[in-house]
Amino acid sequence: MFSKGTKRKFSDGGEAISDESLLGARVASSYSLQRQSLLDMSLIKLQLCHMLVEPNLCRSVLIANTVRQIQEEMTHDGSWHMVTEAFCSAGQSPSERLVATEVLCRSREQDAEPKLFSVISYEGCREEEVVADETLCSVSVSNTVSNVCLAGRMGQCWEKSELSGVERDEEVLEDSRLGSGEDEEIATEDGASTESPKTIGQVFGTFEIKNGSPGPDSALEELFSDVDTSYYDLDTMLTGMQSAPKMGPYDLLDSLAPSHSSPSIVSTPNCRSDLNELDHIMEIIVGS
Amino acid sequence: MFLPLPALHFALCEKSNRFLGNGHMLTGVISSEPSADIISTVEFNCSGELLATGDKGGRVVIFQREQESKNRLLSRGEYNVYSTFQSHEPEFDYLKSLEIEEKINKIRWLPQQNAAHFLLSANDKTIKLWKISERDKRAEGYNLKDEDGRLRDQFRITTLRVPVLMPMDLMVEASPRRIFANAHTYHINSISVNSDYETYLSADDLRINLWHLEITDRSFNIVDIKPANMEELTEVITAAECHPHQCNVFVYSSSKGTIRLCDTRAAALCDRHSKFFEEPEDPSSRSFFSEIISSISDVKFSHSGRYMMTRDYLSVKVWDLNMENRPVETYQVHEYLRSKLCSLYENDCIFDKFECCWNGSDSAIMTGSYNNFFRMFDRNTRRDITLEASRENSKPRAMLKPRKVCTGGKRKKDEISVDSLDFNKKILHTAWHPKENVIAVAATNNLYIFQDKIN
Repeated sequence: MFSKGTKRKFSDGGEAISDESLLGARVASSYSLQRQSLLDMSLIKLQLCHMLVEPNLCRSVLIANTVRQIQEEMTHDGSWHMVTEAFCSAGQSPSERLVATEVLCRSREQDAEPKLFSVISYEGCREEEVVADETLCSVSVSNTVSNVCLAGRMGQCWEKSELSGVERDEEVLEDSRLGSGEDEEIATEDGASTESPKTIGQVFGTFEIKNGSPGPDSALEELFSDVDTSYYDLDTMLTGMQSAPKMGPYDLLDSLAPSHSSPSIVSTPNCRSDLNELDHIMEIIVGS
Repeated sequence: MFLPLPALHFALCEKSNRFLGNGHMLTGVISSEPSADIISTVEFNCSGELLATGDKGGRVVIFQREQESKNRLLSRGEYNVYSTFQSHEPEFDYLKSLEIEEKINKIRWLPQQNAAHFLLSANDKTIKLWKISERDKRAEGYNLKDEDGRLRDQFRITTLRVPVLMPMDLMVEASPRRIFANAHTYHINSISVNSDYETYLSADDLRINLWHLEITDRSFNIVDIKPANMEELTEVITAAECHPHQCNVFVYSSSKGTIRLCDTRAAALCDRHSKFFEEPEDPSSRSFFSEIISSISDVKFSHSGRYMMTRDYLSVKVWDLNMENRPVETYQVHEYLRSKLCSLYENDCIFDKFECCWNGSDSAIMTGSYNNFFRMFDRNTRRDITLEASRENSKPRAMLKPRKVCTGGKRKKDEISVDSLDFNKKILHTAWHPKENVIAVAATNNLYIFQDKIN
């Protein structure tokens, strides 16, 4: 995949062989660097989703697939652990790494040196990349933890956007796929970067809830233990005729909704379902 | 010497800058945000008389073609603003604490069955059926109320009269007739009216629903590709369309470059496709970006119903519905971008969703590109042309000059080098008149209408 036409330095006959192997190693390591840079970029893209509007699921899926692809290749190479460590120790500036990624998409025929083309970059893009590179370095401390961490992050990205607030907490409580290493990572995250604590915090915010002490939450858990969680499964409700129609509080709402209404009314069904949810919870608490 | 397509000598006949006028007045708020005017969809109606555009601010603007008058023999009808209305408003999803954008993703017209026009407009979550009707008469001479509308004093009424219809200035009213809401958890990317004129489908990232136009409180889910564990999600639905003649057939495309054709007669849930279209990947051009650029951004049936066209990042492919293993035609839109994929990934341009469209006779196809360029391909002669939609380079009634991108080596005069392309100026939405050689091209917040020049 990497270019084979890189210019070679002039060398005399005696050093020719060692130069070739050196060249091969250099090309290979530059490919690895570029691949790593692509991985970093992809992870940043996954994390820095818009927090106000739901992130584009198609884009997230494509980026995640790219990350998976790189991970697989790196794991296959055996270079997964090696390269991440090398990055932390090397003093290479992030911007240099980004420029070098152009080689990754160079076709085989092109022998020219990489040009710095003037592609319009969206504002804030480069700044964020520089900042987050350092945080990514600090995260990938050990092999197993970083693998799991990345997988967790990917899933969390569109899990977070898809699930409701209540559902999110419940699911996170249930599957603890990230072990105790998570606490350490949170600590390093906060320590490593002060410039983007908001975004990292948002990604890891839910983890903090999960890892919190079970004291005050256990009472709450008991309260909700006999709640039929299917009511919170928005998907069953919303997809209508897929299975036998389940008559819940929301179905009544839908049938009550007027066939044509002015735009200002359209937004209220969300409020109504909120109130009904509250009613339902109150019923359980009251024990009626 | 590059020759333009023989049948298509386009001249700029009308353009409209939608910054000016109606949009601001309708919402009642002086919006200083120009991004609200970005056009997000363009669609001709079935006769081509009307052209609808939707924008990021949730507004719909409909243009109507002027009737050809005998006085102006040399010019075809021009398109003027016919109606403007606010279709969708921004909403807030309280459960997820997320905003729902009011941006109109798609507009589809219903076939005209009476004097009124109907269209479906969809944002990320809600589809609305709008009725656009004209009123050019007013009743005068009521008995019980006077012209101001106030009730007349009963003792004053001494005679009975019949109200008379008087002509008035044409008023175009848009009213929402149906609101199809709460059926999509994910963002709606497509709507398509079925050939039975009774049903339509709406597709989001993971599901496709079938609706009846009269029924708003429920829909049938006909495709569901959501995995049980969201972490296993690797593929999403990117576009869907009903077959133009067979009301039981529809297709949907995916982010992995595949198209599935389904038959609603086979099962209630069409998770198993009837046909599966995929071109095998060329192993020599494999890169980390292969999957992303294979993701299909648009799928359109030909008017004949025999072919379908798909748009991926770098090319347009025409498929014969009877052949699943490869397309019958492939057109390169901007192959020079293949070496820039990494930068385009960095600035997110690689995720841009370009649309494509057929001409009325299915002999030509059109799609957009960057730098306000758009491309047209003649399927019969295999010739293609690159044109630019910009105000600087085109004057009204002037012929459009073909453009060329220089891919390497010496740049000739009038050519543009790849590095000078403006990736912020992208043409994602284009539409072709169903019968004539009139095209509508949306360039960010400007709409360009080009038509065939009569000599």
